Amino acid sequence: MTRDSAALGSAPSGSALPARPLGGAPAPLLRRIVLQGRYETATMLRNGEQLILAVVLPLLAMVGLTVTPLLDGFGASRINVAVPGILALCAMSTAFTGQGISTGFDRRYGVLRFLSTTPLGRTGLIAGKVLAVLAVLSLQVLVVTAVALTLGWQPDPQGWAPALAVLVLGAAAFTALGLLVAGTVRPEATLAITNLLWILLGALGGIVIPAEKLPALLQSIVHFLPSGALGQAMRDAFLSGSVNPGSVLVLLLWTAIAGGAATRWFKWN
Amino acid sequence: MVRSPESPVLSISGLVKDVGPLPTLDGKMLRVVSGLSLVAERGQVTALLGANGAGKTTTIECAQGLQKRTHGSISLLGEDPDTAGAGLRSRVGVMLQDGGLPPSARPIPLLKHIAGMYQNPWPVGELIDRLGIGAFSRTSVRRLSGGQKQRLALAAALVGNPEVLFLDEPSAGLDPQSRQLVFGLISELRNRGMGIVLTTHLMDDAQRLADYVYIIDAGRNVAEGTVAQLLQHPLPPDAGEQHIRTLLFEADPGLDFTGVLPDGVDVTEARAGSYAATGALTPADLAAITAWWAARGIMPRSLSLEARSLEDVFLDISGREIR
Repeated sequence: MTRDSAALGSAPSGSALPARPLGGAPAPLLRRIVLQGRYETATMLRNGEQLILAVVLPLLAMVGLTVTPLLDGFGASRINVAVPGILALCAMSTAFTGQGISTGFDRRYGVLRFLSTTPLGRTGLIAGKVLAVLAVLSLQVLVVTAVALTLGWQPDPQGWAPALAVLVLGAAAFTALGLLVAGTVRPEATLAITNLLWILLGALGGIVIPAEKLPALLQSIVHFLPSGALGQAMRDAFLSGSVNPGSVLVLLLWTAIAGGAATRWFKWN
Repeated sequence: MVRSPESPVLSISGLVKDVGPLPTLDGKMLRVVSGLSLVAERGQVTALLGANGAGKTTTIECAQGLQKRTHGSISLLGEDPDTAGAGLRSRVGVMLQDGGLPPSARPIPLLKHIAGMYQNPWPVGELIDRLGIGAFSRTSVRRLSGGQKQRLALAAALVGNPEVLFLDEPSAGLDPQSRQLVFGLISELRNRGMGIVLTTHLMDDAQRLADYVYIIDAGRNVAEGTVAQLLQHPLPPDAGEQHIRTLLFEADPGLDFTGVLPDGVDVTEARAGSYAATGALTPADLAAITAWWAARGIMPRSLSLEARSLEDVFLDISGREIR
């Protein structure tokens, strides 16, 4: 029998592929992760709804907090109390809500399954998502800082190092929580849950409004929420240049618990 | 056709897959695949043919490492897909039933991105030309037609230049032109030595493409063989008069039978020079085709008349009741 590529007649467009020996090899792991991180970053930045959540709403909240007396009584200017919490809010926007929703829909459309059959694999896929969260968060920090400085923000110069470290830890905790939600419920439910929690935690979770200003019932619990712990740690860093070990511990616990739960229960299809 | 003695690209033995527990079964597990075995060779198209829900997709997803098997053994290019790493994944191309492409992506950046995951990817431009992707290169995935999506998904599965290609229902949603294009490329890749494993519920796909067919029913393989072997499967005792017949013959490749046979008789060239004319063939039709050969001096290398199609065999084996 002839093994002729003319089988089934010639194709309507394009001629036979040039000869090439079969067999692939994977690109190096680091390159695969960086490529995926870059691709997901570009996808997030092209998404208008996500940009509103990531940049526009935090900036509006920052302006709102500087023109109202909500943050009076902390011995620091309104803007100095507001900005650390706004940066924490940015981490929650990108790592939890934005990342959660996009992962949920990627799961629905089989994107996670397809990419996990390529050399990228499941580990590379998650690493790429973490990288994209960090890249978008970096851009958010730049934009918020630039606007905040023009509004008169005066951060403690000693605060930058602990603040950025805590912000990355907070992003890790929220990424793990976002993946846990995205990997266990339908994408429509992920959309609802992550948006609702963003609003609830943003308003009442101690992230931009410190626990002391919240109703007594909430005060005792917000310190144990990832939002309250991240907001408090950011304010401690930028207002007094200090590290809040209690908040760091809370964030570490959330990262470990949510990360473990996501690893255990994440459904890929 | 004789199965080659070379080591197979895929070997599945005694595969069992339970899913659940399912609330619809009072919290019991559902056995989707129960003791399935198959072998797929290099340079051949191996088809898993069965109705929807027969366990075809579950079987190949276990082979791809997307689902964990309950029992049995699977060797894909000599490795266990459950524990293999990026090295194995780079030698295997996968086209999922639902495509698995991000809806907001555009075809060319997406293919280039996937190509970046490989050391020596197939040049993206060649795949774009071969699969006619240039015509819709600026359209996002969510706006593509079914046929365009399938062609893009096939390009994405091929961009790593794999040794093994898995295609889950490759003709789903294909318009006739895309079908011709995709089937032509599958044959071309098979002829280059790629091992191709596909699932289909369409007899016609299996008859046109497959070198070897496994008929899957209720999670087991109930029959296997080349299309010609399966067509010789004994008739059930209650079989009545068979009106649909298939004329199989081998001659020069690329013959155009347009107008020789009446409407309703479908001529396909499953492999170069290997033809099957299927339909309600009459003695006059046989006279017409032999007269046409005589007028052109064509002497078929082989010629046989089958009383049944693969579809009849399939229904004889797996039962004719609707499920």
